[in-house]
Amino acid sequence: MSAESTLLYLDGVSVSFDGFKALNSLSLVMMPGEMRAIIGPNGAGKTTMMDVITGKTRPDTGTILFEGQTDLTRLREAAIANLGIGRKFQRPTVFEPHTVWDNLELALKAPRRPLKTLTYAISRDDRSRIEEILDITRLSPLRSRQAGSLSHGQKQWLEIGMLLAQDPKLLLVDEPVAGMTDAETEQTAELLCSIAGKHSVIVVEHDMSFVRALGVKVTVLAEGSVLAEGSLDSVSANAQVIDTYLGR
Amino acid sequence: MLLRFFLMGLDRKAGIVLTILAILAVAVPVMTLWVPADSPFHLSVFTVSLLGKYLCFALLALALDLVWGYCGILSLGHAAFFALGGYAMGMYLMRQIGPRGVYGNPELPDFMVFLNWTELPWYWWGFDQFWFAALMVLVVPGALAFAFGWFAFRSRVTGVYLSIITQALTFALLLAFFRNDMGFGGNNGLTDFKDILGYDIQADTTRVALFVATVAALALSYMIASGVIASKLGKVLVALRDAESRVRFMGYDTESYKLFAWSLSACMAGVAGALYVPQVGIINPSEFAPASSIEAVIWVAVGGRGTLAGGILGAVLVNMGKSYFTGALPELWLFALGGLFVAVTLFLPKGLLGLWGQLTAKLPRRNKASPLPNAQPANQTAGQKGA
Ligand SMILES: Nc1ncnc2c1ncn2[C@@H]1O[C@H](COP(=O)(O)OP(=O)(O)O)[C@@H](O)[C@H]1O
Ligand SMILES: [Mg+2]
Repeated sequence: MSAESTLLYLDGVSVSFDGFKALNSLSLVMMPGEMRAIIGPNGAGKTTMMDVITGKTRPDTGTILFEGQTDLTRLREAAIANLGIGRKFQRPTVFEPHTVWDNLELALKAPRRPLKTLTYAISRDDRSRIEEILDITRLSPLRSRQAGSLSHGQKQWLEIGMLLAQDPKLLLVDEPVAGMTDAETEQTAELLCSIAGKHSVIVVEHDMSFVRALGVKVTVLAEGSVLAEGSLDSVSANAQVIDTYLGR
Repeated sequence: MLLRFFLMGLDRKAGIVLTILAILAVAVPVMTLWVPADSPFHLSVFTVSLLGKYLCFALLALALDLVWGYCGILSLGHAAFFALGGYAMGMYLMRQIGPRGVYGNPELPDFMVFLNWTELPWYWWGFDQFWFAALMVLVVPGALAFAFGWFAFRSRVTGVYLSIITQALTFALLLAFFRNDMGFGGNNGLTDFKDILGYDIQADTTRVALFVATVAALALSYMIASGVIASKLGKVLVALRDAESRVRFMGYDTESYKLFAWSLSACMAGVAGALYVPQVGIINPSEFAPASSIEAVIWVAVGGRGTLAGGILGAVLVNMGKSYFTGALPELWLFALGGLFVAVTLFLPKGLLGLWGQLTAKLPRRNKASPLPNAQPANQTAGQKGA
């Protein structure tokens, strides 16, 4: 496939830590507007894949292109984020001393340079955008609460809300439902599905019922490379996948 | 826009701080210059200069709290910026001595004549002008901090390592300023000042004016600092203090944010030093001693880190304690200071203001929680931080 029409293009990406290959010639292609679920056993390299896309870790070899042209392996984290790649970490990291509202305001798409933020005054548009995200994430009644006092599930949603506020072209979401109740898991699946379409989304998740609820193309990672790709049913039927992952 | 910026920082805590400073700015001159000497309300000029000195330290503590409390940069070298501001002012005061020095040289300060120098080194040029010296009070600490921060933050030095290199910075300056051939008076530093802006530096009115200038500088710096903290930039600072990489992944170039706060803080420390020197009458390399910077950290810890007002309170209280101890029980002072630091770290992690916040939080809240988003911004969050 040619790289031009893709949103994200990874080819032959390898990363090793002290000789251990966390990513082993990984290749992956995302089209604009696509939503993709990534599954794989612990240590498969799912988080490391997000690290190389967002500039946290530099790959040893391989190509990573955004929108078919921008080489992400040369950019710093902030520059990559400003291209339109947002990330939610495995462990929820919200800004605990700030209120829910302030967390969203910080994430909101707006000029990022210090002199701009020093003189920033919230506009009517920005305010209604934050209101909208508060509604989507059901955090509206908690807007003045300190983020540190939220429950685990609420923090996960706030973080998803912060991603939405950033309005990225591509969202990378690492294990969003870890530690959530079944009801919360279901609501999170709905939330992510409502986001897809306008944005491209990569979701890493262990929880099979969650992945099923998303109902999107699945990529199975194992030992740093792609083991299988396709619908959840077709990859679940794959003998190799059963051996390395589902069978355990 | 500037007005909006200052108003943004004005919460209840800022109101209290600024009111106290305003009272000091009026009461102290009245009590010193107009209340008769035999009245119990009379303040001696000695006391005024002592108070002025405390407030210079308070300004240093405020500057330190801006970077330590809000950006998580524990500077163990902030006294270096204070001392550089002090030297810039000291150089102006030296040039004002003119031919009244022991050697009577109209151009060269005494120590240069003593070293058999024949002309003024280039880096002393311009310091006979007050405006130039005042500019250098900001530029020299600010530029050094900018250069230092640029390298340190870009290389992502953080935490203990960053603290250690700030300590190394002040230590290197200490050694440099000790050298006679540096041209800053070596070991003895700069002293024997005569006038400032044409006024006799020993005169009561000058001393009172210097005190009032210190109060004004502290109040202005407080307003700038709390305006910065209440702005969105301030929220980014607090966010990166706790989760820097998360802020980076949101697209903020965290290095330039730290660089901004760090350089601003250094300029404030420089102003503090510049006001300190004419009030104590001397600046010498001992101000660069690592212990000076560490003392400043203790002031902030005692008063309450990350509260702005806490640094001011801590600096004043600890230095009052120091004045008392060094008079009454000089050999015990360092033990008292060390003990205080340990006690605060163990029992009052949020300092005195934190304790006050805990006590007031236990009392029933007056209806403060407002669910309205419009009432939401800035000052409310700044207020909560003190609590
Ligand atoms: N910074 C690092 N240093 C050393 N090893 C690492 C580092 N990051 C990840 N690894 C290793 O790489 C492998 C893949 O990790 P990770 O991407 O976190 O897996 P996953 O998210 O799929 O569970 C693991 O074995 C992990 O121990
Ligand atoms: Mg992981």
